[in-house]
Amino acid sequence: MSAVLTFDEVVLSFDGVRALDGVSFSVDPGELFAVIGPNGAGKTSIFNVLSGVYRPQRGTVRFGGEDLLGRRPHQIARLGIARTFQNIELFSNLTVLDNLMLGRHHHHPYGVLAAFGWIGKARRNELANRHAVEEIVDFLELTQWRRLPVGLLPYGVQKRVELGRALAAEPKLLLLDEPVAGMNLEETEDMARFILDIRDDLGLPMVMVEHDMGLVMDLADRIMVMDFGRPIRTGTPKDVATDPDVVRAYLGEEHRVQP
Amino acid sequence: MSRPLLYLSYKQDMALLNTPAKRGWTIALAVGAVLLPFVLTDDLLVVLATACVAAIGAIGLNIVTGYGGQVSLGHAFFLAIGAYTAAAISGDPDSTRLIGFGITSLPIWLLAAGLVAGLAGLIVAPLAARLRGLYLAVVTLGLVFIGEHIFKHWRELTGGVGVGRPAAVPELFGFQFAVDGELFTKAQKLYLLMLVLLVIFGVLARNLVRSRTGRALAAVRDRDLAAEVIGVDVTRYKMIAFAVSSFYAGVAGALLYVMIGFVEPGSFNLGMSVQYIAMILIGGVGTISGSVLGALFITLLPRITRELPAVLPFISSSSGSGGITVFQVETILYGLLIIGFLIFEPRGLFGIWIRLRTYWKSWPFSH
Repeated sequence: MSAVLTFDEVVLSFDGVRALDGVSFSVDPGELFAVIGPNGAGKTSIFNVLSGVYRPQRGTVRFGGEDLLGRRPHQIARLGIARTFQNIELFSNLTVLDNLMLGRHHHHPYGVLAAFGWIGKARRNELANRHAVEEIVDFLELTQWRRLPVGLLPYGVQKRVELGRALAAEPKLLLLDEPVAGMNLEETEDMARFILDIRDDLGLPMVMVEHDMGLVMDLADRIMVMDFGRPIRTGTPKDVATDPDVVRAYLGEEHRVQP
Repeated sequence: MSRPLLYLSYKQDMALLNTPAKRGWTIALAVGAVLLPFVLTDDLLVVLATACVAAIGAIGLNIVTGYGGQVSLGHAFFLAIGAYTAAAISGDPDSTRLIGFGITSLPIWLLAAGLVAGLAGLIVAPLAARLRGLYLAVVTLGLVFIGEHIFKHWRELTGGVGVGRPAAVPELFGFQFAVDGELFTKAQKLYLLMLVLLVIFGVLARNLVRSRTGRALAAVRDRDLAAEVIGVDVTRYKMIAFAVSSFYAGVAGALLYVMIGFVEPGSFNLGMSVQYIAMILIGGVGTISGSVLGALFITLLPRITRELPAVLPFISSSSGSGGITVFQVETILYGLLIIGFLIFEPRGLFGIWIRLRTYWKSWPFSH
């Protein structure tokens, strides 16, 4: 079984600050891979390297046989990587439907001139995308909100819309950046249910960054623990939870002041 | 009787006129607009024809600024390019003073004006890929000054300051629009021509903004990082926004002086750009119908202020007779309207319409 995504010795630094200091991992087909670690450990940097927002200085990132480094974000999206953001990055003036339609930007495309006419191919493709989007609306139970601008929706629903936008792209790999951050218990459980459904129904490999340890332990197949830009342990939830290095990184067992 | 908001297919739901009310209003407006020339006097019709043309230009500005989120103060520059392309193509080929090719067929010079302006827009667009917000506004402002300078000095094209040149000649398959005929006067013909063109360009723009392209533009406006990450090539869409917007500006520029029959190079100044900004701000940013409303409003405003001296004696119709003049009143009104709309109804006239609509939909309940 070959890996969907491989990260190999990736180094990313900003003027001497090493955000990622030799990070390697791989994600297998259908796997839910979680990345955890204290604030500033470099979790979101991994996502930003993956989606082409940051360019690492060294290392390789391969996705389905393609080298991702040096590609621009929209090209990477076209290869089949979709993501959500830690702080919601929706198009707040647009309706839920339009946001989801945007997720399908590179499915059934047509040119600008065709768009002026809204006949033939343009209309057919719009309708095909609309059908696909309505399935996502059903799947994520967004029916009652679909015609409202997302800026007006409650936070938990916005998170769900963002997940929907990523799913609408029919990705081959889904990146979830803190999918339940700031949610209450009920919203968290809804989201967990959706994530499990995505894995079971679609068999989609996912990389998830999350602080909610309960959620990570329950959902993830494997976990990578990061600290100061370096992975300190990768393994099943059970292995990771008992690892002394991990406990130290989280609880600060050795509280020494450096001379 | 079927339920008004029951859709049986996505095709029905996604149609341009997807409610009975929209269909009704559109038919009523169309009938009203076509009957107007038989009711109004010629001088009012000329103002309305100008408003139709201004609306085409405002739609263009709204595509780049309202939908694409790229503030452009350079609209006058693209209007000028359109105006001079059209005037040159349809100009007198025997003239020793001015460039002219003698092709008076309206579709040819109109399309050419749009394309040349659109191309100019494409050349400017890479700036927008690098700059945003105020910086882009200042750079596009520079375009207006460069344009003004070129157009004032390139006498073979523009005729020079204070002299000018004849505007494009509107002729379609041998039919002349700019001369009085047996059935219709010049004003009636021009008004109907501009109305038809506005409807054509309006519907095209409406299609564009509800399409994949329009959504991508709105995505770039709302959050360019997220747009890029979901697969929208931000640079490409900024270029499309500028090209389409300039195309519309070129078309509007070509038609704008057909009514007066004369183009003066000094008129394409910052004031004109600001006028178009005012149109979309007052009409409604990010809406096509708002652009039309705003253009009507701004074009009719001078006409209304001209009636003021008769009602308010302290306003004079010419300078030198003390008090404030109608021109000063007009400038003050511009400023007050822009400020007023930005504070009280940022969605413009279109927003007021939406509010009225919601009120009557839920009447007699307040929510």
